[in-house]
Amino acid sequence: MPGKIQVTAIVNGEKREFLCQPFQTLLEVLRDEFKLTGTKEGCGNGNCGACSVILNGLLVNSCMVLAAETQGGCIETIEGLQTSQGLHPLQQAFLENASLQCGICTPGFIMAAKALLDKKPRATEGEIRHWCAGNLCRCTGYDKIVRAILDAESRMALQG
Amino acid sequence: MAVVHIPALLLPLTEGNPEPTVNGKTVEELIDQLEIRYPGVKQRLVDGDRLRAGLSVFVDGSVRRDGLKCEVSPQSDVHFIPAIAGGY
Amino acid sequence: MSSITAPAREFKVIGTRPIRHDGEDKVTGRAVYGADVQLPGMLQGKVLRSPHAHARIISIDTRRAEALEGVKAVVTAADLPDPGDRTANLGELGEVPLKYLCRNVLASGKTLYHGHAVAAVAATTPQIAEEALKLIEVEYEVLPPVMDVLRAMRGEPALLHDDLFMDEMGEKSSKPGNVASHQRYQKGDLSKGFAAADHTLEREYRCATVHQGYIEPHAATAMWNADGQVTLWCTTQGPFSMRGAVHQILGIPLSRLRVIPTEIGGGFGGKIPTYGEPVAALLSRKSRRPVKVVMNRAEVFMGTGPTSGSYVKLKMGVSKEGRITAAEATLIYEAGAFPGSIVAVGGICMFAPYNIENTTIDMYDVVVNKPKTAAYRAPGAPNSEFATECLIDEFCEILRMDPLEFRLKNAAKEGDVQSHGVPHAKIGYIETLQAAQRSEHYQSKLTGPNRGRGVASGYWINAGLTSSATARVNGDGTVTLSEGSVDIGGTRTSIAMQLAEALGISAQDVIPSVADTDSIGYTEVTGGSRVTFATGWAAYEAAQSIKRQMREHAAEVWKVSPDKVTYQDALLRVEGDGSRQITFKELARGLYEKGVDVGARATVTPKGVGGAYATHIADVEVDPETGKVTILRYTAVQDAGRAIHPSYVEGQMQGGVVQGVGWALNEEYVYNDAGQMLNASFLDYRMPTSLDLPMIETIIVEVPNPGHPYGVRGVGEVPIVPPQAAVANAIYRAVGVRLRDLPMSPPRVAKALEAKK
Repeated sequence: MPGKIQVTAIVNGEKREFLCQPFQTLLEVLRDEFKLTGTKEGCGNGNCGACSVILNGLLVNSCMVLAAETQGGCIETIEGLQTSQGLHPLQQAFLENASLQCGICTPGFIMAAKALLDKKPRATEGEIRHWCAGNLCRCTGYDKIVRAILDAESRMALQG
Repeated sequence: MAVVHIPALLLPLTEGNPEPTVNGKTVEELIDQLEIRYPGVKQRLVDGDRLRAGLSVFVDGSVRRDGLKCEVSPQSDVHFIPAIAGGY
Repeated sequence: MSSITAPAREFKVIGTRPIRHDGEDKVTGRAVYGADVQLPGMLQGKVLRSPHAHARIISIDTRRAEALEGVKAVVTAADLPDPGDRTANLGELGEVPLKYLCRNVLASGKTLYHGHAVAAVAATTPQIAEEALKLIEVEYEVLPPVMDVLRAMRGEPALLHDDLFMDEMGEKSSKPGNVASHQRYQKGDLSKGFAAADHTLEREYRCATVHQGYIEPHAATAMWNADGQVTLWCTTQGPFSMRGAVHQILGIPLSRLRVIPTEIGGGFGGKIPTYGEPVAALLSRKSRRPVKVVMNRAEVFMGTGPTSGSYVKLKMGVSKEGRITAAEATLIYEAGAFPGSIVAVGGICMFAPYNIENTTIDMYDVVVNKPKTAAYRAPGAPNSEFATECLIDEFCEILRMDPLEFRLKNAAKEGDVQSHGVPHAKIGYIETLQAAQRSEHYQSKLTGPNRGRGVASGYWINAGLTSSATARVNGDGTVTLSEGSVDIGGTRTSIAMQLAEALGISAQDVIPSVADTDSIGYTEVTGGSRVTFATGWAAYEAAQSIKRQMREHAAEVWKVSPDKVTYQDALLRVEGDGSRQITFKELARGLYEKGVDVGARATVTPKGVGGAYATHIADVEVDPETGKVTILRYTAVQDAGRAIHPSYVEGQMQGGVVQGVGWALNEEYVYNDAGQMLNASFLDYRMPTSLDLPMIETIIVEVPNPGHPYGVRGVGEVPIVPPQAAVANAIYRAVGVRLRDLPMSPPRVAKALEAKK
């Protein structure tokens, strides 16, 4: 087995140091090293989006990112979304719109939506559907997820 | 007299009679009465002391877990339906 | 939001839309799903799977794997007790030969599908476990793969089992084959019925093998203690049925096995069977450490039950007035590697929307070299009802009759006798047709080239079965509710709402949780659209007991007889005496301060199950060059009996529609000539994305089920039944080709259009 690599990165606003094998993915390190199990594995090869996180401001499938690649970078996961003020408007909107059934795709969708709204605060339904096409949901048929994201946009616009 | 609906594959055994009426206080007794009239029916429905694996009994429109021991009334309607199984 | 045609004005909680109790845990990532379980010293398990569709196992040598540093245990079928010829009793799932269960978990003698589990390893890291798999040497004798049901019936090109004899209600065939069973439903007189028809059509319909496609792979963690106590944490839809299966497979006493269900990331029937659980347990016993076995996505596709692919032949006769006079069907369903498809239920549902006097249905359960099939949302029904709903559309065209009018002319009502001889209870099919007719969607015009509108109906039988709940009143007037049904879609809230309604308290004052097999009474699987119906009823019964106890306690305080104490809207009072009253909360606090416990438990096996009907409308546009079908607009109408939480009823409808659309347009297992699956990934097993659908309109109709205290009908399954035919009928109206083989993927549509020219 090859030797481990030392990595320093900011995870949800906190500076973290960890050791990883060169072949370990960011997903594996988040879940097994940091015990941040909110990010899920659905397929392991970048086709379902359940492992979506934001890396250096970009939406990525963490199963397709090597942990070592995050050296010096900034990682946002679902666990970092809630603040001392409460749930993020996206989280609140998902709850109020009943946008989750089994909930396994929910963290990935919320992170994907956040990445979109960070860039485009008033995305249209079509833009939302296009952006989220990399996140699979098998339970909801996407209707209430899209509605929640549109709802969150309005809430966030009001918050200013 | 309770009405026993004969499953299609067993109709040759009941001379084509699809809804014979029989007396009995339980499903088991109804089957025993059927066997007297139509020999050979019982072994297709019963295995040892229970309903044959893969069969459910519906009494008056509801599936009954107590199988052969299920009590019936003189107006009961009894059906034998393949059990909703297979998802193992 | 959907429109509800019979608003529940008389209820306080039922019909409202509270936030689900487990919601915050799920939107923050805190909820613990199967793969999230972590125990000290835990090892990672991986499974070696057969690369062949059909092969004899000549030898397995695990020595090199066992010697790899970091490997703590290796198991094969040799580590399982010999099942012999014993029968496994799976409760409501029926009785099956135990050897089928055991051999599906770990192959013995033969491997019967590409992906069949052959051995498993537990190691300190997942990478070491995978390295170890490569060191296990298996010698196979490859045999011809049996991949098509019709050829399989003829015994071609091989037999999977040399001891499988076709069963016909207890009579067995004399020679072994690939047909496990034949069953028949017969009603009336077919020849009279066809003689009375003015138009007769006969067609063949095929469904490819499709998978439930839940996003969360199976995960099981096991700890086998030295004292023989075994604990399993797993993604299961049914902890009690899982416990029963594992106890029989491993030959350990039921009482020494505890199954703790984790939160579950989708199931749709596919997480009822047992896969990694006995394997994890065996690895834990050998290594003396907890072992977690998690499937990867390819393993989910190759190693777990898809639903049956099928061949259906249907012949129908219709009078010139539009009445169906006779229907004759042959259903041939794939069971997968071991017997037990759900073909019989496909037969029960096939004509359930219609009152047809003369019907005969022959049903065959056939083994093929594919994974053992598992239930997939209304199992068996989409395959058969697809044929009915498509063939009806052809008659509508011949008779120039509106497809909803035709269905109304033939619609089944309470008392009509079904194909299997059982009369319908009170049902709401006609109401769904009428609501569809009145809908804005159906009234609107669809214009433009290559566009068409199709309709289809569907039925699902729904299940009752056994459920348990326990409830305890807390000192602050809230009620803790523990129930036995795994929550896949928000049911802990719909169950809590029924308890709240019965007690007259708010949904937020009920604290629901899902219990494990040591902590709750027997509860059957979360499936069959039964949870809101049956487990809700258990909660309702627990509420009745709590009300009775509260009245008794109040009566004691007021020194009156309990039958003089009324309970209404969470207020207890002495009948006719306004001065003596106390709220539920106040009484709860008083009892708590006195150390008096108020609790109740209920186990119910309700009988008044109500079947569910749906009618769907689909507008599509077909690209004539590529054959791609776009869904422009979709409306699902469904009778929910009583929508406890309308948002989650809508969610079930929308989710079922989209699975049905995937089944209709893209999903299928693709095999090479050697019977190996080629598309075991989400890239190539193409499920719908957010780009593939518009918003899904829902119309909830309520024809309350008289068999349930709140009128509930199961809602989860019927929505997957109509989409395939609704889309097929829409494609015909759009471009004039009728497709009868699913999926209607772009190459097939394009080919059909080409042939039409």
